[in-house]
Amino acid sequence: MAEKEVKLMKGNEVIAHAAIRYGCDGYFGYPITPQSEVMETLMELKPWETTGMVVLQAESEVASVNMVYGGAATGKRVMTSSSSPGVSLMSEGLSYLAGAELPCVIVNCQRGGPGLGTIQPSQGDYFQACKGGAHGDFHLIVLAPNSVQEMHDFVGEAFDLAFKYRNPAMILADGAIGQMMEKVVLAPQRPRKTNEEIAEECKSWALTGKPASRDRNVVTSLELKSEIMEQINLRLQAKYKAMEENEVRYEAIQCDDAEYVIVAFGSSARICSATVEMARAEGIKLGLLRPITLYPFPKNPIRELAERGVKGFLSAELNAGQMVEDVRLAVGGLAPVEHYGRQGGMMFSPDEVLAALKEKLINKR
Amino acid sequence: MAEVEIKQENMVYGKSKLILPNVMHYCPGCSHGTVHKLVAEVIEEMGLEHDTIGVSPVGCSVFAYNYIDVDWAEAAHGRACAVATAIKRLHPEKMVFTYQGDGDLSAIGTAETIHAAARGENIVAIYINNAIYGMTGGQMAPTTLLGMKTATTPYGRDPKLNGYPYKIAQMLAHLDGVCYVTRQSVHTAANVRKCKKAIRHAFENAMAGKGFSLVEVVSTCNSGWKMSPVASNEWLEKNMLPFYELGDLKDNKE
Repeated sequence: MAEKEVKLMKGNEVIAHAAIRYGCDGYFGYPITPQSEVMETLMELKPWETTGMVVLQAESEVASVNMVYGGAATGKRVMTSSSSPGVSLMSEGLSYLAGAELPCVIVNCQRGGPGLGTIQPSQGDYFQACKGGAHGDFHLIVLAPNSVQEMHDFVGEAFDLAFKYRNPAMILADGAIGQMMEKVVLAPQRPRKTNEEIAEECKSWALTGKPASRDRNVVTSLELKSEIMEQINLRLQAKYKAMEENEVRYEAIQCDDAEYVIVAFGSSARICSATVEMARAEGIKLGLLRPITLYPFPKNPIRELAERGVKGFLSAELNAGQMVEDVRLAVGGLAPVEHYGRQGGMMFSPDEVLAALKEKLINKR
Repeated sequence: MAEVEIKQENMVYGKSKLILPNVMHYCPGCSHGTVHKLVAEVIEEMGLEHDTIGVSPVGCSVFAYNYIDVDWAEAAHGRACAVATAIKRLHPEKMVFTYQGDGDLSAIGTAETIHAAARGENIVAIYINNAIYGMTGGQMAPTTLLGMKTATTPYGRDPKLNGYPYKIAQMLAHLDGVCYVTRQSVHTAANVRKCKKAIRHAFENAMAGKGFSLVEVVSTCNSGWKMSPVASNEWLEKNMLPFYELGDLKDNKE
């Protein structure tokens, strides 16, 4: 077996390396803190000279997401990355991508908001990412990495899921994951798909130039006849249901005997894994459930913990309480569900979360 | 209706085989149908029917994909040049063009248009300028002439209230990435022939990698203008052409 390629890298840098290695065809971006290293790294690596990947700096996030729309319409593996205010500008495009059923990857390295907010880490875009975030009934597939390694791995995973369902997939990271340096095992180089492979695999929809052998393909989200549009809506909803049935990913840490469970994702989950150790040292049976897919949300595993008799759930998030709504829906009133969060780019510490758990749940009983 | 067989030697005119048999939604007298025909003919005559990807806008020509038999992407309002940029970058060997109205290309899509042009993307933008928003019912466009009545300028466009019309062709012509800017019309048979030549020239530029080409077509919207087709053609000549002068604004030979 070939030797593993292990590097020390920033989360943002690794997105660029992973894009190339997973056979991405095109990246279209616009600079914004705290994710600008993604495009900077790509420009330094010059993948157009090696794999043939296209890298282009657009004039805005409005343009970059529409370039993603154009690229994805040709059946190529294309992506963009941004941070919260930039993703807001992309929201029109996300709705069109979902409506036209185009596979692509969007990385959101979240910062604090609303508005221009701050450039420090936040998880304030959970609603935006998971509840559609733009007009019309649609969902993105949302993956939440909690390490630099997952930033790398999820690029490949997101492309695979996006193509499996012909749906845009978002990697919902934050400024902490994007900026921190960690050891990462890089994937071996995956070859880019050839034009012939794409023309064959995506022949029912991709724009490759209409050969004599097929009808023209039209990529659109428009349908003026309500009877037909409703059928399209129902087909999209069936797709989301299939995702909910087949694609839920989560990690359960010490949940088997847990009396209390923290639900946290991304960098919050990373912090809360230390909270679990601290609590266990004090004799508190605490577990951590980390949703890896935020959409589809792991409601059944949470529901099962509640049915098994967990006495309380704490949703620890770097926001004012967003995912807690989904945790409450999953628990369905079987146990108390509380939220603890910091905002404005502030992070919580493991002992701060433990104190909140005691105050909001354990000592309340 | 029975098919009438026409002997080849008697054939003086036929429609392009790339024009699909769908009933056009355009109003009778509208310039879109004529420009669609020209685009289809150019694609066919250049032998590019298997190598062309079109990008349609939001506006009256949103359904352009129903009429010309090539692959199409339907873009969000104004974003056609960004969509076309990526298609062309990923498929440099293909012919990629956008087909946009004045609201799409020169109001909501101004930034995408200017930057695709400035980058010198090897694409063609066909720009239908009829000085009005046709699809939404005849509101003011960025190109609406001073004094012109529309649904949102019911007393006529007043520069103090509504600002001035502008000519994006002039703005684009000075950009280094742009190789060809021309303004045409299709209101007479002679102009239709000239317009077709311009579209062909633009398509050849894109395939030769010369940069961005804009073909503006000063057009009629007889429904929006509330005139008969014939009166619209006359009004266009009398009112539109003095402001939107026809001819090449730029044509890089190299």
